[in-house]
Amino acid sequence: MLRINCPVCGTRDETEFTYGGDATVVRPAMDETRAQLWLDYVFNRDNPRGPHTEYWHHVQGCRQWLVMERNTLTHEVGECHLAKEAC
Amino acid sequence: MSHYSALSVFLNALKGNQNWQRAWRDPAPKPKYDVVIVGGGGHGLATAYYLAKEHGIRNIAVIEKGWLGGGNTGRNTTIVRSNYMMPGNTMFYERSMKLWENLSQDLNYNVMISQRGQYNLCHSPAQMDAARRRGNIMRANGIDADLFDRAEVKRRLPYLDYSATARFPIHGAIFQSRAGTARHDAVAWGYARGADRLGVDIIQQCEVTGYIWDKGKITGVQTTKGEIRAGKVGLAVAGHTGHLADMAGLRLPIETHALQAYVTEPLKPMVDPVISFGAAHFYISQSDKGGLVLGGDLDGYNSYAQRGGLPIVEHTLASAKALMPSLSRLKLLRHWAGVMDMSMDGSPFITKTSVDGLYLNGGWCYGGFKATPAAGWCFAWTIAKDEPHPDNAEFTLNRFERGYQIDEKGVGPKPNAH
Repeated sequence: MLRINCPVCGTRDETEFTYGGDATVVRPAMDETRAQLWLDYVFNRDNPRGPHTEYWHHVQGCRQWLVMERNTLTHEVGECHLAKEAC
Repeated sequence: MSHYSALSVFLNALKGNQNWQRAWRDPAPKPKYDVVIVGGGGHGLATAYYLAKEHGIRNIAVIEKGWLGGGNTGRNTTIVRSNYMMPGNTMFYERSMKLWENLSQDLNYNVMISQRGQYNLCHSPAQMDAARRRGNIMRANGIDADLFDRAEVKRRLPYLDYSATARFPIHGAIFQSRAGTARHDAVAWGYARGADRLGVDIIQQCEVTGYIWDKGKITGVQTTKGEIRAGKVGLAVAGHTGHLADMAGLRLPIETHALQAYVTEPLKPMVDPVISFGAAHFYISQSDKGGLVLGGDLDGYNSYAQRGGLPIVEHTLASAKALMPSLSRLKLLRHWAGVMDMSMDGSPFITKTSVDGLYLNGGWCYGGFKATPAAGWCFAWTIAKDEPHPDNAEFTLNRFERGYQIDEKGVGPKPNAH
């Protein structure tokens, strides 16, 4: 069981959250016409073995989107902050 | 190397089983090979076997960082089937099924293929319609499929929950009689022995740490046992595909996720076929030792750890109990996890890459075991001829940019949902 440190609600079980994938992926501007950038955004991932920055949605809590550091090899959980603060 | 037969078992028994030879050699790596396959699981070993057998390329090494079949080959739930309906998948998996049916004879090694049949249960009229469509597509492609109504499923599988209070009432099932199970370790061992007899060097405890480059082309691998040069390098490393591709500068439509499997304490024979629940991701079969083998959903977040969390254990066992209430007091004997290379459309890659000299077999999600013979056969073809066989022609990396995804489940680019 992952224990996720929600900045709003405190430390909660992973079962309250929904995973949102790699948080380093940035959506291109809406007027971007280069297909490769959209391809990278929709399909291609770094998929690192080690530190990973990822989205979690506290869907059964404060309903905030969070950005968390987690190690994909050890499952060690690191810093967690609100996604809207990163923007 | 001796030929295995009933006579060899008998004669060795007379001599107290003292004279069995080891099934494959343990050579030191040579400085150069025509082909180096990275990954000594079922796929890598099958690739080497078919390269040697079908294409006459015998100067091959299979290098493995751990031991043979210690990754997903030894961690799956041993199910083989070919009930696919998307163009690009259908004939590939049927090739695999046909290879399975003759694999023990071909390898002179008993892979214990057991065509006990597989039921995919339907729990709504809409699911029955979808199953009928799938079955018709399978039959149109020459693959066996049957559709059973509730009464027939109840006659065949009386131990499921048919009560008025069943959470997901059973409306019927689609059945493939040729599907079943195989002994997963024996598949790795059989291909290893077969490849070794054809001259392939199998090198264990040898991890790839980088590639050898020559003017933008990969001409070998750097390993913990030194440099090994190669005319062509093929990757068959399942969950670690992203990691080895990254070393080659490739960014792939893959995420690595952990998938768990479970075995209960042994029972008398009870579940003779393979049964897949249609209302949640859950499937069950019974091993020859009597343990019920269970599988379910991914843990749901990127992971390279070969272990899983307890929430999915609970989820899977809740599904088991919803389907078969009689399991409620069984104890789990073991559970474990493997790491899956989940592709963005749920379908695999057997293809050349944009890097000269590098070939990729990956993206198997959790369907790699059943594909083992055909994946090896098609990957060998692709490496030997520098072009895909028609059966793996759609398993390219560029299908996403061309708009030709093979999304069998229809969930879009959500690797944790396939």
